[in-house]
Amino acid sequence: MEAVLAIAIGILVASGVWLLLRPRTFQVIIGLALLSYGVNLFIFAMGRPRTGAPPVLDKAGIVDTSLYADPVPQALVLTAIVISFATTALFLVVMIALRGLTGTDHVDGKEPDR
Amino acid sequence: MTESPDHILIASILIPLVAGALMLFYGETQRRVIAVVSTVAQFIVALELVDMASHHTTSIGLYLLGDWPPPFAIVLVLDRLSALMVLLTSVLALSAVVFAMARWDRRGQHFHSLFQFLLMGLNGAFLTGDLFNLFVFFEVLLAASYGLALHGSGTLRVRAGLHYIAMNLAASLLFLIGVSLIYGVTGTLNMADLAVRVPLVAAEQQPLLAAGAAVLGIAFLVKAAMWPLCFWLPITYGAAPPPAAAVFVVLSKVGVYVVLRISSLAFGTAAAQMTGFGAEVLLWGGLATLVFGTVGVLASQGLGRLASCSVLVSSGTLLAVIGISGLGGGSAMIAAALFYLVISTVAISALFLMVELIERGESELAAILTVTAEAYGLGDDDLGEAELRSAGSGPGVPGATTVLGFCFLTCALLIAGVPPLAGFLGKFAMLSAVLSFDDLGKRDIPLIGIAFTAVVIISGLAALIALVREGTRTFWAAEEEELPSVPLVELVPVIVLLALTLGASVKAGPVMDYMEATATSLYHPHVYVRGVLGAETMPEAGK
Repeated sequence: MEAVLAIAIGILVASGVWLLLRPRTFQVIIGLALLSYGVNLFIFAMGRPRTGAPPVLDKAGIVDTSLYADPVPQALVLTAIVISFATTALFLVVMIALRGLTGTDHVDGKEPDR
Repeated sequence: MTESPDHILIASILIPLVAGALMLFYGETQRRVIAVVSTVAQFIVALELVDMASHHTTSIGLYLLGDWPPPFAIVLVLDRLSALMVLLTSVLALSAVVFAMARWDRRGQHFHSLFQFLLMGLNGAFLTGDLFNLFVFFEVLLAASYGLALHGSGTLRVRAGLHYIAMNLAASLLFLIGVSLIYGVTGTLNMADLAVRVPLVAAEQQPLLAAGAAVLGIAFLVKAAMWPLCFWLPITYGAAPPPAAAVFVVLSKVGVYVVLRISSLAFGTAAAQMTGFGAEVLLWGGLATLVFGTVGVLASQGLGRLASCSVLVSSGTLLAVIGISGLGGGSAMIAAALFYLVISTVAISALFLMVELIERGESELAAILTVTAEAYGLGDDDLGEAELRSAGSGPGVPGATTVLGFCFLTCALLIAGVPPLAGFLGKFAMLSAVLSFDDLGKRDIPLIGIAFTAVVIISGLAALIALVREGTRTFWAAEEEELPSVPLVELVPVIVLLALTLGASVKAGPVMDYMEATATSLYHPHVYVRGVLGAETMPEAGK
């Protein structure tokens, strides 16, 4: 599982960085989205994930915490997903505004001289 | 112990949140009233916080959110540094809100709401004692700042805003990576708990911790605009509406604040092998920023650009000093740096407010603004040429040019750091602390000190040249007739800000005492750590 997770994070982040450095706004926003997926998985991975362990304790008094998954990274991921979703939506609005104002989808608002 | 918790700590976060949301239900006039009331309230709370913090010498102010025992939940922590930053924010906010009422808040939607949310994010970022909560407040203030940077719209702003947003989204992702790496290694997000656990990290885990801290640091240094992460700043700040830019000056100090906080807590003298982590990067990066900012100041054609480059100079100076102190410098240089931080922030903020007042008379800017308005289809609304030219509201001030000229001169002296004003005192204290530092150790401190001194003095000279050139062109050039009348509400904030720095020059002794106490407590983080970790929750009702 570790290998699959690591490879997935690597591919997402690599594609994200590549797209982020491209000149078109659409590529940039997709790049940011992919990057945020990669980062979210990364946060999740930092909680040392394992299968079959619940993150929420029962009401059974003292329990063996080693049988449970770490709930903190899962809470962090939830927050990070919400925030990156919102900021990506905001970026989309600005992107469309720039497209409307300049008539091009280049990040600098003008086509490079050829 | 049944004393009530310090609810006032959370007031400076709740007031702007409630005010910002509440004003959505009201019309334009009531919004202004709510904005002013809320900002004044925050100012009073900030004064109270500073008063509280300066009485705490062996303890700190603490607010347990949800009354969970630390380190498991989020805490708000009040010490001298955070109280100082909150006060600085509220002073700048008050002047910017009053300034914006003359015309800027009507140039787009929801200026005051966004502004209040920005303040909420700033206050929260200064007060929080939790790394992930810091991320959340960062996002709050960034989201609001995106809106404010775009306020008034126009191609220039939207293009600058797009770069600004993309840059900060990428930096936020780095922030998350850094936080999760640190959590993975130390198992905590609480800054005080982090200070305890960093020295205990096993040797084989230390590279991972260092990587996490470095990635986290990059996120903050983007905000603080350290070279080479600073190219977005002059464009964005120069294009932002002046009242927003005036508060953005404090935004870049958030990065400096967090760097100072984390390096004092997690990588202070108690951190074993991790002591002084990243200090050299801060030092050389800070020096490079200083040089870059200085060249930028000299090359600036407009006042807005000049003010933005002054932000870089200020950031660079502060980062370099934090770097030197991390290499083993004393607390005296941090105290001086904090003094410089306050003065330079207020002065640059005042300069940003003045930029538009001064350039209003110049047809160039008016033309740009008119074109902007037309492009957005607002040409025949209330953004017309007549409105731009005439006073927005309130009576004009007679002899505005003279008053503005004096304000500009004061600002120039402050930013360049020329005697007798406070800018000089800050720089002098900093340089004397850096040069008199003779604990040689293994490192080349004298050489660094001399290099730093030279760069700071040259940057001051450059600022003086650039500002005087700009001032001569504006106030002494004969071809331009009298500047258009300036309404009182726009002039008063500038004068108040500058008067405050004059007050700081006269009362430099008490102010410096406060800064020294702040720096000493940063050097002895155990008060902070013990204060947070030793906190007790409220006794349950009925027990």
